[in-house]
Amino acid sequence: MGISVNHISKSYKNVKALQDISFEVKKGELFGLIGPDGAGKTTLFRILTTLLFADEGNATVAGYDVVVEYKSIRNSVGYMPGKFSLYQDLTIEENLEFFATIFGTTIEENYDLIKDIYVQIEPFKDRRAGKLSGGMKQKLALCCALIHKPKVLFLDEPTTGVDPVSRKEFWEMLKRLQEKGITILVSTPYMDEAALCDRIALIQDGKILEIDTPEAIVEHFPKQIYNVSANNMYQLILSLNDYEHNHSVYPFGEFVHYTDSRTDFNPEELKTFLETKDLSNIHIDKTVATIEDTFMELAK
Amino acid sequence: MKRFIGFIKKEFYHIFRDKRSLFILFGMPIAQILLFGFAITNEINNVDIAILDHSKDTTTEEIINKIAASEYFSIKQIIEKESDIESIFKKGKVKAVLNFEKDFSKNLIKDNNATIQIITDATDPNTANTITNFVGSILQKYQKDLNKEITIVYQIIPESRMVYNPELKSVYMFVPGVMTIILMLVSAMMTSISITREKELGTMEILLVSPLKPFQVIIGKVFPYIFLSIINAVVIVVLSIFIFKMPVQGSLFLLGLESVLFIISSLALGILISTISASQQTAMMVSLMGLMLPVILLSGFIFPISSMPLPLQIISNIIPAKWFIIILKGIMLKGVGIQFIWKETLILLGMTVFFIALSVKKYKIRLE
Amino acid sequence: MNNNKVIQVEGLTKMFGDFTAVNAITFEVEKGEIFGFLGANGAGKTTAMKMLIGISKPTSGKANVAGFDVYSNAEDIKKNIGYMSQKFALYDDLTVRENITFFGGIYGLSRKRIKEKSNALIEELGLENVANKLVGALPLGWKQKLSFSVSLIHDPKIVFLDEPTGGVDPITRRQFWELIYKAANKGTTVFVTTHYMDEAEYCDRVSIMVNGKIEALDTPKKLKEQFKAENMNDVFLKLARG
Repeated sequence: MGISVNHISKSYKNVKALQDISFEVKKGELFGLIGPDGAGKTTLFRILTTLLFADEGNATVAGYDVVVEYKSIRNSVGYMPGKFSLYQDLTIEENLEFFATIFGTTIEENYDLIKDIYVQIEPFKDRRAGKLSGGMKQKLALCCALIHKPKVLFLDEPTTGVDPVSRKEFWEMLKRLQEKGITILVSTPYMDEAALCDRIALIQDGKILEIDTPEAIVEHFPKQIYNVSANNMYQLILSLNDYEHNHSVYPFGEFVHYTDSRTDFNPEELKTFLETKDLSNIHIDKTVATIEDTFMELAK
Repeated sequence: MKRFIGFIKKEFYHIFRDKRSLFILFGMPIAQILLFGFAITNEINNVDIAILDHSKDTTTEEIINKIAASEYFSIKQIIEKESDIESIFKKGKVKAVLNFEKDFSKNLIKDNNATIQIITDATDPNTANTITNFVGSILQKYQKDLNKEITIVYQIIPESRMVYNPELKSVYMFVPGVMTIILMLVSAMMTSISITREKELGTMEILLVSPLKPFQVIIGKVFPYIFLSIINAVVIVVLSIFIFKMPVQGSLFLLGLESVLFIISSLALGILISTISASQQTAMMVSLMGLMLPVILLSGFIFPISSMPLPLQIISNIIPAKWFIIILKGIMLKGVGIQFIWKETLILLGMTVFFIALSVKKYKIRLE
Repeated sequence: MNNNKVIQVEGLTKMFGDFTAVNAITFEVEKGEIFGFLGANGAGKTTAMKMLIGISKPTSGKANVAGFDVYSNAEDIKKNIGYMSQKFALYDDLTVRENITFFGGIYGLSRKRIKEKSNALIEELGLENVANKLVGALPLGWKQKLSFSVSLIHDPKIVFLDEPTGGVDPITRRQFWELIYKAANKGTTVFVTTHYMDEAEYCDRVSIMVNGKIEALDTPKKLKEQFKAENMNDVFLKLARG
């Protein structure tokens, strides 16, 4: 019994936050909701954690209906809202103790589950949450969300505003939690984190673009992508946009990711074209698609 | 129960770790009561006056001596002619001039009628009024003494007497008002701020998703403030008794019960405010503008309700503070028991129940 | 002074009491370069940048920005740089046009010049239909592009971008980078502070700050080779974990 979402729609005044969203998360799965700010991720989380009503559709979490059986859901899910919602003026230990007591449990009772994470912040347990770094806040917030042994864990953008080291550690922790049988729904705006999930849903403007495993999503990319580089980035982008056969042109770090609209594309031909545009040091190499390429292709 | 205690423990951590709320909680009551007690006052004390005596006879001398001897006035200057009156006021040296007519004693004996003109500087009307009254009462007393000697039997002397606050000590009037304001402020503003703070932080979302029931969250949030408000009420009463020698005529127990009732009604208002405001700032603004101003202006604390225009008099009825001030004055100054204030108590109780019901109904178990 | 070096920093240090927030950093940025200034939260990025834009006095060291000394000519620096931050960019309750006019006014542009600039800018960003709408009603990505263009309104020599593109969708983000490339191509130096490592891949050169010191400074390509890493994120991880 994981999560089941059926044709959920939700609007605020004239903004359609979610449009006919459906997906299933299996028990024990690590499912990622990948999309930029404003895609509707937080709204969906709030509906699933019983904080909001959907306009249409229904959903179940851990087998309970989000509207009728909201009390059962509130007892069996852990929720970590977007900003790490901690009491800034309480210490690490006091925060954790508080969340343990309101869920009718104690730190000792469920220490096993949080131990891996808690030992990392335990040396600072008398420090106030407001004085912690982003990474430590994130770990504390996760401990607080786990303290009552939830069956399903909702993490809304847990890695936003956190440095790369903490991000990496955080994903490692999620993997370990998953092994303990907890179903995890996590949202993130970072495409590079998608690969760490079992399955992902790409979401933009309240619509789901695709649902699949990260590998399958990348494999299904319809075109061959080329890394193109030259001596002047800006000229290169302008020139590629001018090229009549281009399908997509996206700067991608030190390269431009280029796809051609033809099936019989010859890189040499493009190179010649670029040379006529006064570009030099031109390299055109095949490369593999990333989640981000897929996202842009689907959102186009 | 364990959940509840855990919750309350957390609330106390918040309060004691936040300097701002600590100041509002404990600094404000003391500062306010001292401020109203010492600085802002209706009493007059050694007011400077001038004398223009056209008679210079024994009677005027006696009256002047009596006035000079009172603690209310000090004679700053003796002037000689009418034209000096204007200039002495303009210089702002004195607040009043007593002008004795010519042949004061003679007229008094011959016609039984002599005139003193009391000219006051009415730029400060309250003080001017008080000066006139005080001079009047000194004169009356003198007249009474005079009449005793002369024994004219058939004379009716009107006499007014101030009751309950015979010394016209303004601090006695202010204590109930200040107590009302502080209890209101601490209870309503502090709770509304502390609830909206959780909304801002996002912790309210977690509390909502937890198995805690809405009323448990509410009670947990307000309980510490009930406790602290009671301490405040005690501090205020103790301060007024020991520093301002204010007598509390009625039962302290009744006073306590009525205060708790008022505190609860204010807390319910605080919860109500928190349900309509999304940020701490809004909550603070609404509490100050929506509660404090009406309490100060319309509760009868500063401006007597009976002298307000009718529409405002009607509006004043829906302000809980009005009824609490009546109750407080009744218990503290008049020493009455519940039999005289049951009506006000019942009104306050009704309002409290109404606010609680409304705020529980308004408190959402979901967002939006 | 070499005219091509628009930022020259030598041994720049900032102490807060006993705490050294920025520890003797040294680097140079050339005209038209896109320079990435990376580091974790609390590594000292923001403190260093505040010194460069003339709003915080260094404890010691030398720094020259846009030809002016940070100790003696802080006011001149402010006139010659643009600044955009994720936290504060534009007024939500003013329209697009009003925002442009306001910021143009701040930098002392003439009325005529503001009008020209506004029209050019609105056309370039394709905002004709929303020019008189409140900025608050625009999507995040549009706001960021507008805010970047507004920071260039007085043709500054250097523009400082403080965590510019967090949270926007990938396509809008690329449009944003195209704007940055364009500005750099015209000779504007772009100084980007960020803790998103994938953003670093777009820069000509990057420096990585750890605990107040610059621990690495090179092109993304060379850094990746040096640390045998696949991407800048791995470079950072290796650097931060020692």
